[in-house]
Amino acid sequence: MSSSPLFEVRGVTKRYRLPRTSVFARRREIVAVSRVDLDLNDSDSLGLVGDSGAGKSTLLRLLLGLEPPDEGSIRYQGEWRRREVQIVFQDPTRALDPRMTVAEIVLEPLRVLRLREPMSTRLSELLDAVGLPRAAADRYPHEFSGGQRQRIAIARALAPRPRVLLADEPVSALDVSVRAQILNLLHDLRDLYGLALVLVSHDLSVVRHLCDRIAVMHRGEVVEQQQTQSLFTAPTHPYTVRLLEAIPRLRWRPSPRPSE
Amino acid sequence: MSAPALEVRGLQVLVGETEAVRGVDFTLEQGARTGLIGESGSGKTLTALAVMDLLPDGLVARGEIWYRGRDLLRLSERERSRLRGDRLTMVFQEPLSALDPLMRVGDQVAEPLRLHRRLSRTEARARARELLERVQLPDPVERLRAYPHQLSGGQRQRVMIAMAVACSPDILIADEPTTALDVTVQAEILALLERLVREEGTTLLLITHDLAIVSQVCDQVLVMYGGRIVEAGPTAEVFSHPRHPYTLALLEAIPPIDQQLPNGRLTQIPGAVPGLGEFPSGCPFRTRCLRETSCCSTMPEMAGTSHPVACWHPLS
Repeated sequence: MSSSPLFEVRGVTKRYRLPRTSVFARRREIVAVSRVDLDLNDSDSLGLVGDSGAGKSTLLRLLLGLEPPDEGSIRYQGEWRRREVQIVFQDPTRALDPRMTVAEIVLEPLRVLRLREPMSTRLSELLDAVGLPRAAADRYPHEFSGGQRQRIAIARALAPRPRVLLADEPVSALDVSVRAQILNLLHDLRDLYGLALVLVSHDLSVVRHLCDRIAVMHRGEVVEQQQTQSLFTAPTHPYTVRLLEAIPRLRWRPSPRPSE
Repeated sequence: MSAPALEVRGLQVLVGETEAVRGVDFTLEQGARTGLIGESGSGKTLTALAVMDLLPDGLVARGEIWYRGRDLLRLSERERSRLRGDRLTMVFQEPLSALDPLMRVGDQVAEPLRLHRRLSRTEARARARELLERVQLPDPVERLRAYPHQLSGGQRQRVMIAMAVACSPDILIADEPTTALDVTVQAEILALLERLVREEGTTLLLITHDLAIVSQVCDQVLVMYGGRIVEAGPTAEVFSHPRHPYTLALLEAIPPIDQQLPNGRLTQIPGAVPGLGEFPSGCPFRTRCLRETSCCSTMPEMAGTSHPVACWHPLS
């Protein structure tokens, strides 16, 4: 553990101006993220949960450096944020260019960032890492199922060897029977590459499964931040309590059976 | 127990030449709350739309749907539209697209009453107000004059539910009613729906991909895959002792919320849900199933009485 964290977020606020509703009215502002403090170390896995509009995705955009905060500071202590922080989005269909082959998509970050890597070796490594056949390289995104498209998006995110992987609702658009595959993949990749993971999800069971620490967001603010286990057993903020009570729980589960 | 509220026999839904729903049988008992589970492409929504006679143009329903001694598929268009919105109603996933954007909320809730109960404008308005109170919409009097876009997602879903229960239906079908909502709002809407159907003794068919919701709300469950029902029975029984490998796999693939898995890995189902018309012949799950043998290329029938399953190699 180094003394200063990889990401140091202090007092970050981000506002957006809403479109004019009338030529005479003043444009209103909404505060998407308000006075947020967060630390992220190497190999940390942090879950961001909260209702839609709570500011989770805005916070990811700020971490990625797509936009600057209006107030406060985000310090990245690594070497090169644009290479070392990568993201996977919710809907892999919209996140992949339909006119590019899988090989072009996956290797694009290397080209854009002008990284000198043996391209074909790296491509094979990446396809192997996400469990896609090497023959996938010359095919187009529409030839794949939703789960496989998410694998392509993950391979692209891994291409520049990131230290931090941001994931915005990575399994929400997928079929239930395919979600476990992608969750297991993220779990394995995190351990294999020692990635720091910031996972946004409205599904607390997903966050619980993958993250050591959870930050609960409500109306732009982080209202509570705790180790996963203690958040579930001893939530302190009333909103967290409400959120935990609202999760539908599976009342019956099959008892574990000896594997066949 | 009285006669069932709805009996579906050999229902098929054809999309052109392709069978999207491939011969489905089920019974909704009077006042029961039945969950219909399935992933996208399983045919669960088309099954519901066939019952409601709301299939999109070009899709054809075949088979039998028995309601009060009549086969709905043999009724005239006029007779069916008389039942729809009155005796059989439906709540959709996305209330914003299901509500009329140019019509005030009060008028929309009053519409089924004016249409099916022939209430006067004033009577229907008064009743609409009571209904909005019943679904616990804040400031119901003000909201009567509001347009759908002025309400939040949860409020719009309350309005949809008010319309669906306006005429005290026999059967209410709710298709992913909370999928588009936040977790906290979802819990409120489910509690409301459950309370209303309980109070009125309405028969509920709840369609969802969320097994936890079914376990909370429904006493019976139907599991659909590839256009077929592959397992059915009391929810507690099906979830604690699933007999179809698909049902078991689905249950095991959900990360548990109350505990951490010892090795951190979920049991995963290989492959993906095939597209329409791409399911294998015979058992639709066989290409993803660990128990597949040669006999699985013939479709197994649903076998068993209280907890039937369509599988050649059911789990004991």
